Amino acid sequence: MREVAVIGVGCTKFGEKWESSFRNLFVEAGALALEDANLSGEQIDEIFVGNMSAGRFVEQEHIGALIADYAGLATDNIPATRVEAACASGGLSFRQAYTAVASGMSDIVVAAGVEKMTDVGTEVTTDVLAAAADREWEGIAGITFPGLYAMIATEYMHRYGLKREQLAQVAVKNHDNGAKNPNAQFRKPITLDTVLNSTLVADPLRLFDCSPVTDGAAAVILAPLERAREFTDTPIKVLGAGQASSTIALHDRKDICTLDATVAAGNRAFQMAGVERKDIGFVEVHDCFTIAEICAIEDLGFCKKGEAGKLTEEGQTAIGGKIPINPSGGLKACGHPVGATGVKQVYETVKQLRGDAKGRQIDTEIGMTHNVGGTGATVVCHIFGRV
Amino acid sequence: MVPEPPLSVISLGGYKMSVARFWRKQQNRYNLIGTRCTTCGKYFYPPRGFCPDCRREGNIVDHQFKGTGKVVTYSIIRSSSGNFKLLTPYVLAIIELDEGTRLTSHLVCDIDQVYIGMPVRRVFRKLGEDGSSGAIFYGTKFVPA
Repeated sequence: MREVAVIGVGCTKFGEKWESSFRNLFVEAGALALEDANLSGEQIDEIFVGNMSAGRFVEQEHIGALIADYAGLATDNIPATRVEAACASGGLSFRQAYTAVASGMSDIVVAAGVEKMTDVGTEVTTDVLAAAADREWEGIAGITFPGLYAMIATEYMHRYGLKREQLAQVAVKNHDNGAKNPNAQFRKPITLDTVLNSTLVADPLRLFDCSPVTDGAAAVILAPLERAREFTDTPIKVLGAGQASSTIALHDRKDICTLDATVAAGNRAFQMAGVERKDIGFVEVHDCFTIAEICAIEDLGFCKKGEAGKLTEEGQTAIGGKIPINPSGGLKACGHPVGATGVKQVYETVKQLRGDAKGRQIDTEIGMTHNVGGTGATVVCHIFGRV
Repeated sequence: MVPEPPLSVISLGGYKMSVARFWRKQQNRYNLIGTRCTTCGKYFYPPRGFCPDCRREGNIVDHQFKGTGKVVTYSIIRSSSGNFKLLTPYVLAIIELDEGTRLTSHLVCDIDQVYIGMPVRRVFRKLGEDGSSGAIFYGTKFVPA
């Protein structure tokens, strides 16, 4: 297997982008990534794109070809493949691109992710996202995604005594970080009271415990490490990759409070990278809900089960803390265009490791990403390092 | 706007399915019939046609569940879609049946009544309807025991 580096990154601003269509979004992100890598389109060998549900959000399937076409690459007949794993589609798109380069099959590969969520009403969005769970046996019972994560939170608070304020601090910290990220959907700091006084969505989760509905796209370009310096002075190496599956339904998990696919994907990425938890400077985790960040910190092995609330309360997950989590603002403040999120995490990680994350910079050599599909049925982790 | 589903389509929550798709699982949904692996003795509801532990050595047969169990965890859903929108706020729960398997269900009770470990039993309930003139469909829900 060849060593692989990220040589260029691009990301649209995240938000309710009424002026942008599905295809505008990925063209914008792709152009930014190409410009960053100083590449022209004909140098690209292959494209992967993560997308959860264009079929229901914009009634468009066959996304790979559409992207190749509107990115001006269909004339060169470049292969383009859509990858889907619900909210982990972006992370999986990156993994596929990484595999393509590492195997020697392709040299210059784009990993993109895109989701256009605001062209349908909120009720339809709720239903589309519910498709990431088990339709036949969870959907029929009246689940919503906040409801599923709320059931994790209920059990977690009961078992470990997590305080409501500790959960709210996750959102406060992520809004603080988002305020410093020019691409973030929400750039306003909030207080504990903002979270604690917001509308209940699914007890115990309130509106400010939930990531928003977002439009956006991100794209990164991968190349064999040995060729990376042709394109950039600051290649970022992929040190480790891990993917794992678990049961599609939350009720079938061995432990409701543990995403066992996070444990497995994290361990695989660490093993491959040959680094320790203490070597990691920051992690972009999948905080679709505040409780998800608490579980992620523990399941990735950064503290014992039941301790992430205290870690968060003490400020150890903030920038400058012992293990900064979600310097981008995470899904909570940066926004969560489901198919794009996993690639945005890579974008943020590369920016950080290059030293380009103005205002939210963490001084470190190694960063990590963690992208979850559904309630943890798919998890994709990557570890990156400076060269 | 998503167009109104035709009459041949059942809508459950925001969940739209054809009559055949519902009919296929009717016995399971009406009567809480799941499956059991005779090799390892493990019970499955929702039903599985393949034992994840024994795999090819497994032998799956139908099993009628007693219909009693307890609440593992729950949430009160304040915002939902489709047929469930009218029920808000409602209790959603993961229930462990006495036989050991777990399922997700709407728990028909007062929202202040539910707690972890609460004993529950199954009831036959209307799940929803396909508009005012379409099919009405039924299945299993749970109530405090």
